[in-house]
Amino acid sequence: MMKPQISPLIEEQEAPFTWPEGGLTRVPYRVFSDPEIFALEQVRIFRGPVWNFLCLEVEIPNAGDFKTTHVGETPVIVVRDRDGRINAMVNRCAHKGSLVCLERRGNRKALTCVYHSWSYDLKGDLTGVAFRNGINQKGGMPKDFDLAAHGLEKLRVNTFCGLVFGTFSDETEPIEDYLGEKMRANITRVLGKPVRILGTHSQLLNNNWKLYAENLRDAYHATLLHLFYTTFKINRLDMEGGIVLDDTGRHAISYSKQGTFTKEAPEYREKEIHSVRSDAKLAGPELLETWPEFESGVTHAIQSIFPTLGIQMTLNSLAIRAFVPRGIHQSELSWTYLGYEDDDEEKTRMRIRQSNLTGASGYVSLEDGCIGGFVERGIVGDTDGQAVLEMGGSEVATLEGSRATETSVRGFWKEYRHLMGY
Amino acid sequence: MAKEEKRQQIEDLITDYVHCIDDDRLEEWPAFFTEDAKYQIISRESFDQGLPVGIMYCESRGMLEDRVFALRRANIYEPHSYRHMISATKILDSSNGEYRVQTNYHVVRIMQEGTVSVFSTGKYLDRIVFEEGRPKFKERLVVFDSRRVDTLLVIPI
Repeated sequence: MMKPQISPLIEEQEAPFTWPEGGLTRVPYRVFSDPEIFALEQVRIFRGPVWNFLCLEVEIPNAGDFKTTHVGETPVIVVRDRDGRINAMVNRCAHKGSLVCLERRGNRKALTCVYHSWSYDLKGDLTGVAFRNGINQKGGMPKDFDLAAHGLEKLRVNTFCGLVFGTFSDETEPIEDYLGEKMRANITRVLGKPVRILGTHSQLLNNNWKLYAENLRDAYHATLLHLFYTTFKINRLDMEGGIVLDDTGRHAISYSKQGTFTKEAPEYREKEIHSVRSDAKLAGPELLETWPEFESGVTHAIQSIFPTLGIQMTLNSLAIRAFVPRGIHQSELSWTYLGYEDDDEEKTRMRIRQSNLTGASGYVSLEDGCIGGFVERGIVGDTDGQAVLEMGGSEVATLEGSRATETSVRGFWKEYRHLMGY
Repeated sequence: MAKEEKRQQIEDLITDYVHCIDDDRLEEWPAFFTEDAKYQIISRESFDQGLPVGIMYCESRGMLEDRVFALRRANIYEPHSYRHMISATKILDSSNGEYRVQTNYHVVRIMQEGTVSVFSTGKYLDRIVFEEGRPKFKERLVVFDSRRVDTLLVIPI
């Protein structure tokens, strides 16, 4: 596998970028708009020692099944080989760079580029070149043309609980170590038995990908921006809950237990907070019909795996949230709703009704679709300003018993700075 | 009631529906449906695969009312409106007083700050019944063509 040169972008910048004073409590707005920083992220984050979410195993169950996706901005094919292994490779023909797979998903015996019929096996190795020996002994490729040197660029693949990840870096530790014990425990809880896909759609966010990465980790905004949570007592900061981080702080879980709500905390009645109607009742209360699915009493858990994966458990609505950059100022968030193979009809119906809570129309998530755009429009042209992340102090640490903190957001930036060299 | 009259009433129902939404008379929206109606907005990709989860799902008039309540009083988003354009309505078949009907649509979204864009295209797949001589949606599936929603979807289509 050819290793890309890490370009000396920092040294060549006219206005070299340095992180401001204040460490993790400050995030310079420039990281959301600078084209050189965006280009460096493609190398240092997406081709760095990280596991990038690619797809679910259930999306490619049979030999020859493939899905196309992106790692950063790089187009990638994920495919199930004949021996059952999953391979991933860059969707870029070794000849002249065309996409090899044009569809989002399908099934193929081989991967053949439409342009000149260069053909690759399901491992990404080049097996055939049209007119390699010319026609009528004229033309053709040089005798010493080595097929083995012109395969598709490969990613290493690791899977965990049916999640398929890819990495470009030889340095990336095995997925189990990358996740750590606490993250594995939650993933195993949610995805530890066979799943089936209930539905999927995506959302175009008019904001830099990192603004959604922050949003996903941010328990602070959840019950203030998403009034539906608070109004209908699905998730509130006056319920038992906490933030769990892995040892590095780069992964996080924000969770709460609905059953522990007893009394509204006075902080929710402070006049600066949007008024929460505590007398509101649903005309269709079947929306929130739920059963205690997980023994721990946790009824809400949003898990973030660095860099761009979210795993959602909102009552019984389970979903994968995966996002990719689409240029500097946009990103695409994909929602995949899951149930279990052994769900009965009643459970499936509850999951279907609860799916109203999240997604592009989600009662408790639709604001996330626009809030990143509000930040983008607020900071436009501001290359010196900074966000202030002091909620919960300046540390990056697990916090049990309270979610009035931005510790998990600081955890994202800690890893970001580490990989970017800032 | 003559067949042509029924057809006219069905077309009026579908036209009045889009005017109700475009004119921001959303409080009248649930009344277009029967009490136990199903309303779903789902991507064509999911619909074609027979998957049950889309992006908006109501299975009673109460759930429709909650969508209106939430967008008026609980959700936060930048003000915008829709302008629907719909195709001619095709009655696919009818039996036992229930009409299966298809109408194609485009929805343009107009943001308060001025941006105008094609927000969604797709088809309405309806099952329409007559209650006391007036047509209502027993089921309205809004099958949208692209899997991708720009920013968010809060006003029903």
